[in-house]
Amino acid sequence: MNLTFSPEEQAFRAEVRHFLAEALPSDISERVRLGRHLRAEDHLRWQNILSEQGWLASNWPKEHGGPGWGPVQRHIFDEECAAAHAPTVVPFGVNMVAPVIMKFGSAEQQQYYLPRILSNQDWWCQGYSEPGAGSDLAGLNTRAVRDSDHYVVNGQKTWTTLGQHANMLFCLVRTDPDAKKQAGISFLLIDMQTPGITVRPIITLDGAHEVNEIFLDNVRVPVENRVGEEGQGWTCAKFLLTHERTGIAGLGHAKQALRHLKSLASRIEHRGKPLLALPSFRHRVVKAELELMALEVTNLRVIAAARDGGAPGAESSLLKVRGSELRQELSELTRRALGPAALPFFPDFLHGEGSLDDERAQSAAASAQYFNRRKLSIYGGANEIQKSIVAKTILNM
Amino acid sequence: MDFALTDEQRMLEETLTRLVTDQVSPEQRRAMLAAAPEGASPLWRTFAELGLLHMPFSEDVGGLGGDGTDLMIIMQALGRGLVPEAYLAGLVLPGQLLALTANSGQQTEWLTPLLEGEHQLAFAWQEHNARYDALAIATQATQQDGQWQLTGKKDVVLNLEAAAASLVTARLDNAKLGLFIVPANAPGTSTHLYRTIDDQPAGDLTLDNVTLPPANCLSEDVSDALAEVLALGRAALCAQAIGAMEEACDQTLAYLKERKQFGLPLSTFQALQHRMVDMHLHLEQSRSMAILAATSLTLPASERDYKIAAAKAYCGESARFIAEQAIQLHGAMGMTEECYVASYAKHLVMFDHYFGDSDYHLETVSELLTAA
Ligand SMILES: Cc1cc2nc3c(=O)[nH]c(=O)nc-3n(C[C@H](O)[C@H](O)[C@H](O)COP(=O)(O)OP(=O)(O)OC[C@H]3O[C@@H](n4cnc5c(N)ncnc54)[C@H](O)[C@@H]3O)c2cc1C
Repeated sequence: MNLTFSPEEQAFRAEVRHFLAEALPSDISERVRLGRHLRAEDHLRWQNILSEQGWLASNWPKEHGGPGWGPVQRHIFDEECAAAHAPTVVPFGVNMVAPVIMKFGSAEQQQYYLPRILSNQDWWCQGYSEPGAGSDLAGLNTRAVRDSDHYVVNGQKTWTTLGQHANMLFCLVRTDPDAKKQAGISFLLIDMQTPGITVRPIITLDGAHEVNEIFLDNVRVPVENRVGEEGQGWTCAKFLLTHERTGIAGLGHAKQALRHLKSLASRIEHRGKPLLALPSFRHRVVKAELELMALEVTNLRVIAAARDGGAPGAESSLLKVRGSELRQELSELTRRALGPAALPFFPDFLHGEGSLDDERAQSAAASAQYFNRRKLSIYGGANEIQKSIVAKTILNM
Repeated sequence: MDFALTDEQRMLEETLTRLVTDQVSPEQRRAMLAAAPEGASPLWRTFAELGLLHMPFSEDVGGLGGDGTDLMIIMQALGRGLVPEAYLAGLVLPGQLLALTANSGQQTEWLTPLLEGEHQLAFAWQEHNARYDALAIATQATQQDGQWQLTGKKDVVLNLEAAAASLVTARLDNAKLGLFIVPANAPGTSTHLYRTIDDQPAGDLTLDNVTLPPANCLSEDVSDALAEVLALGRAALCAQAIGAMEEACDQTLAYLKERKQFGLPLSTFQALQHRMVDMHLHLEQSRSMAILAATSLTLPASERDYKIAAAKAYCGESARFIAEQAIQLHGAMGMTEECYVASYAKHLVMFDHYFGDSDYHLETVSELLTAA
């Protein structure tokens, strides 16, 4: 066994690092570093730079215009991006709907949508969850009724991330209410400009506008916007969930957060000594360090298996549970490290254009981010649900 | 040994529970937070009518002589409703400092109107580089021509905007710690006001050669009084956190019973039942620690500080556990500003950032442990 990266992989890392140093606009990385919310134009500016470089769709094969990277390169790329404070690419187009269109979409759908995703022409959002269908996604109620060459869609989607910026929605709808739960679901691509769609903001506990609810009232969707067969929506949804999972541990983010925490805790003084020397605090940092080491190797094991042709299965549930817990713990320790300085809340600075003196600016986001990171164990399949998957599929319980 | 409340204490508890239920609903609380601070709020006037402003002070200074248990009852009720009044920061803490240090002239000027609800005060002890340490401060007070001159910066002063004056700690030339009354808008003061992430009005107070007459010096050696008042503050915060933990647990339990997934109430899933039980265990163990803290206020200083540090450290960990689980068990709903449990979660997590977090107090406990 050998855990080192090959010379080619190391050269690739150097190339990514060099590119980031040259191409990532400093005002954007500064916003990310300070934990300030990105505006739509910040996302787009960065994604256009990536697109020009040919690196936006890091998980796409060459035939569709991707760089054709394997899982190891993608892992390196993600890690370097997090270290450089690059914005995370908004995943709904590139990483979510695109693989579904590649796998289940018609040739026309592929020719139309994939280039628009690559060029950032479309901003996609994900319409899965509903007020009554969270963990029990298959319990969704949004109805699509066939009316000659259209579906008429009625219902409500919720928790739609960045839906306020999106012009396209991929949506699970119920086309057959009489079929068994999963079997009556279809996968639709919906233009957000269609009459009958209303988007309303939901403000989260950190004061951010990140999620929305979407009301669909007699929305007419052309039948050709269905991906796959009628009733095959659940297969598409499941494919999407298991397809791109090697990045799920958020390892690059965890590494960056731990680096930041250690530097912070060695600068902050507690009774004349660095906070990092305080036994109870240091102990938790050390434990986080060990967890990260283990997670990194577990992650590489899954990546190596994927590289060698295995499809990552329920292992990704393990990565998701541990990765989210670790990132939450790191955000907790960062908030704690700041002591009383973690108390003041400056929503205009964090979510808007306001300014702050440097000392306050450096610590402004810690508590808000801690609260925001609670989402990591809720979305993408809550951790309790992930554990049930492991119990069932790995342990056969 | 007796854990029972007296008849008066039971009445106090019932009155407060009713008051909080009637007057501090989520909507009312939002309106109170949005209102500009213009003198005493209607709720503060009710507090005055109920005797709450006199309750925690000794009879010598015109109070009702309430003890740690009385204060616990009040704080717990305020925590249950997340009542946005600066009862602790604007009344109890500065009031106790005055009671311990002020001469009769100073009492008449600052303490009597405080108890009568005519003004509120603030207690400015924290500094950026000192973190939670009340003694390691850099603000300086020097005497010149019989006047005092103060220079320094106080961080995250609660209730700063509404306060008629702040009680400010400062280092004297002889290295002892002094305590001063700095009236709001005194020449040389400037403030940066904000809210904390758990909705408390606060601010930074900068003192640039602020000149004060001798009558504004409360003490030239305030360390012991400071320790006593910080202990009181910590015990009171624990009690307040118990109220908030109770409410976070109740709201989560109600949600688990009402929310259905997979055709069943969430409360029927064993994984969640056990989690809910863990929350309940944390609450009950913390309640015991808060009682221990409330009944330790009159012990000799080192014993008092040992027990109260233990309680604050313990409650800090529990408060966070309960807050995190309350959000988790509410799913995405628990992440929204609109969901009331999120406000409790924020309060409970940030509890650790007031008057020393668990690490800070664990250190105190472990120091005293080896000394014992
Ligand atoms: C910030 C954020 C962004 C999101 N973005 C999107 C998006 O863009 N598009 C989209 O479609 N959705 C999105 N979601 C929704 C997300 O997928 C759901 O929140 C998630 O599926 C959980 O559903 P729920 O919130 O309804 O919780 P519930 O399903 O009501 O669950 C509540 C709690 O009960 C637990 N639980 C439920 N069932 C069981 C069981 N059988 N056994 C044990 N425990 C159980 C859960 O784990 C959870 O802790 C987002 C959510 C968040 C928080």
